[in-house]
Amino acid sequence: MTGRRTRLTALVLAALLAGAARGAPAPARVVSESEVHEVAGGLRCVVCQNLSVADSPSEMARQMRAIVRERLEAGESPGEVVQYFVDRYGEWILLSPRRSGFNLLVWAAPLVAVAVGLAIVSVLVRRWARAPASSGTALPVDPAMRERIRRETEAER
Amino acid sequence: MIPELGYGAAIVALGLALWGAVAAALGERTGRPALLLSAQHAAVGVFVLVTACFALLTYAFLTFDFSVRYVATNTNLGTPFYYRITGVWGALEGSIILWTWMLALYTLIVILRHRESARELYPWVLTVMLGVLAFFLLVITVAAPPFARLSPVPADGRGLNPLLEDTGMITHPVALYLGFTGLTVPFAFAMAALCTGRVGDAWITMTRRWTIVAWYFLSLGLLIGGWWSYHVLGWGGYWAWDPVENAAFMPWLTATAFLHSVMIQERRRMLKLWNLALVILTFGLTLFGTFLTRSGVIASVHAFTQGTIGAFFLSFLALVMLSALGLLAWRWEALSAQGALDSVVSRESVFLLNNVMLVAAAFTVFFGTVFPLLSEALRGVKVSVGAPFFNQVNVPLFLGLIFLMGVGPLIAWRRATVDNLRRNFLGPVLTGVAAATFFFALGVRSALAVLTLALTVFVAATIALDFARATRARARLGEPLLPAMGGLLRRHNRRYGGFVVHLGILIIAVGVTGSQAWSVQTETTLDRGQSAALAGYRVRFEDLTASEESNHFKVAGTFTVSDGRVLGVLRPAKKFYPQEQSPIAYVDYRLGLREDIYLVLGDFARDGSRATVKFQVNRLVSWIWIGGLVLTAGAGLAILPETKRTA
Amino acid sequence: MSRRPWRWLIPLAALPVLALLAYGFRVDPRAIPSPLVGRPAPGFTLTAFDGTPLGLEAQRGRVVVLNFWASWCYPACYEEAPVLERSWRAYRDRGVLVVGVDIQDTVEAARKFMRDFGLSFPNAPDPTGKVSVDYGTYGVPETFFLDRRGRIRAKHVGALTDEVVRTHVERLLAEPAS
Repeated sequence: MTGRRTRLTALVLAALLAGAARGAPAPARVVSESEVHEVAGGLRCVVCQNLSVADSPSEMARQMRAIVRERLEAGESPGEVVQYFVDRYGEWILLSPRRSGFNLLVWAAPLVAVAVGLAIVSVLVRRWARAPASSGTALPVDPAMRERIRRETEAER
Repeated sequence: MIPELGYGAAIVALGLALWGAVAAALGERTGRPALLLSAQHAAVGVFVLVTACFALLTYAFLTFDFSVRYVATNTNLGTPFYYRITGVWGALEGSIILWTWMLALYTLIVILRHRESARELYPWVLTVMLGVLAFFLLVITVAAPPFARLSPVPADGRGLNPLLEDTGMITHPVALYLGFTGLTVPFAFAMAALCTGRVGDAWITMTRRWTIVAWYFLSLGLLIGGWWSYHVLGWGGYWAWDPVENAAFMPWLTATAFLHSVMIQERRRMLKLWNLALVILTFGLTLFGTFLTRSGVIASVHAFTQGTIGAFFLSFLALVMLSALGLLAWRWEALSAQGALDSVVSRESVFLLNNVMLVAAAFTVFFGTVFPLLSEALRGVKVSVGAPFFNQVNVPLFLGLIFLMGVGPLIAWRRATVDNLRRNFLGPVLTGVAAATFFFALGVRSALAVLTLALTVFVAATIALDFARATRARARLGEPLLPAMGGLLRRHNRRYGGFVVHLGILIIAVGVTGSQAWSVQTETTLDRGQSAALAGYRVRFEDLTASEESNHFKVAGTFTVSDGRVLGVLRPAKKFYPQEQSPIAYVDYRLGLREDIYLVLGDFARDGSRATVKFQVNRLVSWIWIGGLVLTAGAGLAILPETKRTA
Repeated sequence: MSRRPWRWLIPLAALPVLALLAYGFRVDPRAIPSPLVGRPAPGFTLTAFDGTPLGLEAQRGRVVVLNFWASWCYPACYEEAPVLERSWRAYRDRGVLVVGVDIQDTVEAARKFMRDFGLSFPNAPDPTGKVSVDYGTYGVPETFFLDRRGRIRAKHVGALTDEVVRTHVERLLAEPAS
């Protein structure tokens, strides 16, 4: 190390991490960075709050990425690698809950929300469109408001 | 002595807020102006006292008064001056003081602006604002007292969370809290409308601009939060769908829905009930957000603390939701007037669809955020709901919203004729299709990316078309081109402010699409002098240096970036703080319009001979920040007072 | 117009949500139950700090206390180190084995830690993190209690106390060997 070399405190000694240098056995299969990223992106980094193993800068996540790579290189399918982690950490480690059983509820929520919303709107819109031509005169409008409406609708052409 | 003063000020402020809330309501019921005046004075008093609290806490920080527990946990002798100030709101207790102070400030502005203009609603508005203030003051005095003493007094403090040592820490919470607290004002008006039964249009017109102000700050807070995440957390992303991010995003979604549906009420006097519900929901979601971040019920990056405070927030949330929705049900008859539309194909319908999408998105985010709790309660299984889920389910909703963003502003109010549709949409649709073909020909194969880009171009074309036409119309009246444009923006600032916001969102959408679809990364271990290559760039590991900073120890790598010629030197680092178990990554980056080069230092050999680096080329991320600036500029334009017609 | 009594359901709809949030107080989002409890303990072969191979295969028939630690894990690991050493001394004659696995650490720092606390039970570094992931650890310290048949019977997260060790070990010792 060059530059401002200063004494390493006991803390730093303790915190510096070993193992930047590490040999790996020859892979049975060549695994690309994006394949590892894909699998690791679905796993929750266990020491972080809400990051995936792919994204976390932590040491633990780095080791887990290495494990993912190694298992893929050994010929495991992405699904098997994910299952390996689920067996050890539980479903909790999946950032996206499996689409089965009770979890279907959370997957269905957006669809149900949109469907219910659309149903309500279509019923209302059709009911309102059938109502006698509105033109807003059915309700008393104060002159200031009417002036404002005129002004703004004018702007719209 | 100072801490006791602060504590005393908070107690008196609590008393004043309670009295003011009661007095304003009594004043309204009995018609005695003296009571209302007294409430007003109480509100001013609360503001002065909370300001004093804030100042005293800041003073304790600046003077390293470690006899105050909050100071001792969030600063130490090594903390630089700047972060001793931002440290004031760096953790739970102080953040609540900042929050309360802003709320008091808003109350003051409401008094100044609406004392005369909203006579009937005003007393109840004051009651609600002071009531909410009283709750937060209760938190300050009972649940999370920032002035609590520590004994024995430690020689040095623990220090601020290192992740918060960033300039973003002054702007992010300030903007976000201004947004959150600002949403109390529309809520207070909505409650006043329900209490008085004046559920007509007065409250809406007064509320709309307040909502835009809050929305502006909320958007700004979210964006700065994204920027902070991108350049501090060192994971290369800007949005992780963390429960806390979701907590800020949900009220943003419902407030956006309100800003659109409010236009239907203004024009057609419909949707009164719906608009009230949206305002109540939005305020409820801000409380839900504070509950989430401060109760520790759901694990998240911001996990402030645990303890009784969660129960306080939950009780208040329950009180607010039950009473507000109860009032809504009580006034049901007055609210549920029959609506009337001229045609199914109209801007009204499009805005309703927009509301469906926005509220569905908010619901999806909400349900996803609390689903782990539900799963554990009903099934006893812990699950996670994270980014891959939220991305997948929200993308279709957001694409739908972008599409509606193109249709809404140009489709006619009341009834869209075939001619109107052809005149306004034929060109933009063709442009969108052309764009899709163009991007496909360019080699973009991701269907999602092509669709998003095409939709973006479509919407941009509608905006351009509208603006061009309006400018031409003015130019025809003899105005020169540029003043005609400026005049348009100024005179119809609300409409064109909205368009500018839409443009900002389009730019953000391009940034999000690009960064998701085309970012690449690699992680390699380099010997000194060795290079790694990615996407046409080379990064060479030159050196490793260690240095001792005022409150931490820093190990930085030096990397030269080149794309044939040398572009610059990046110095990602790891910082070791005595109070933290693991080192904090300090990323370095080179921002660009097309792509950012982003380096995170991993492991390193202690002799500096070797280092692991995460090397990312993040595409189009800058567009997000640019879009954010455009968006906030548009919101700013929309806030400006509408200019009166001169003619 | 009708009286529409159902409108009162709107405020009531907030109740289940509030109840769910209240339920949140009863659970700790950080306490994740291990799916490994009740299952056979994953095997491993590590090289101990003293250079000898360290594995579980040869330890069938013994109750094992498997502890994951790191020298940077302050204060929890520092609190429990004496507990582990005491337990090792108290129970080794009754056939209990205490094993330490040091994760994400440097060899020097780990050795210093072991020296400072006078640890005499076998300890090994886990340089690749494979063993800690095999055991589904989240951080340090975490401790697994293995019965004589080599199954994980309990997992303890956080610093150990004499009481915790005694409870688990006595229970497992009381069980018949097969």
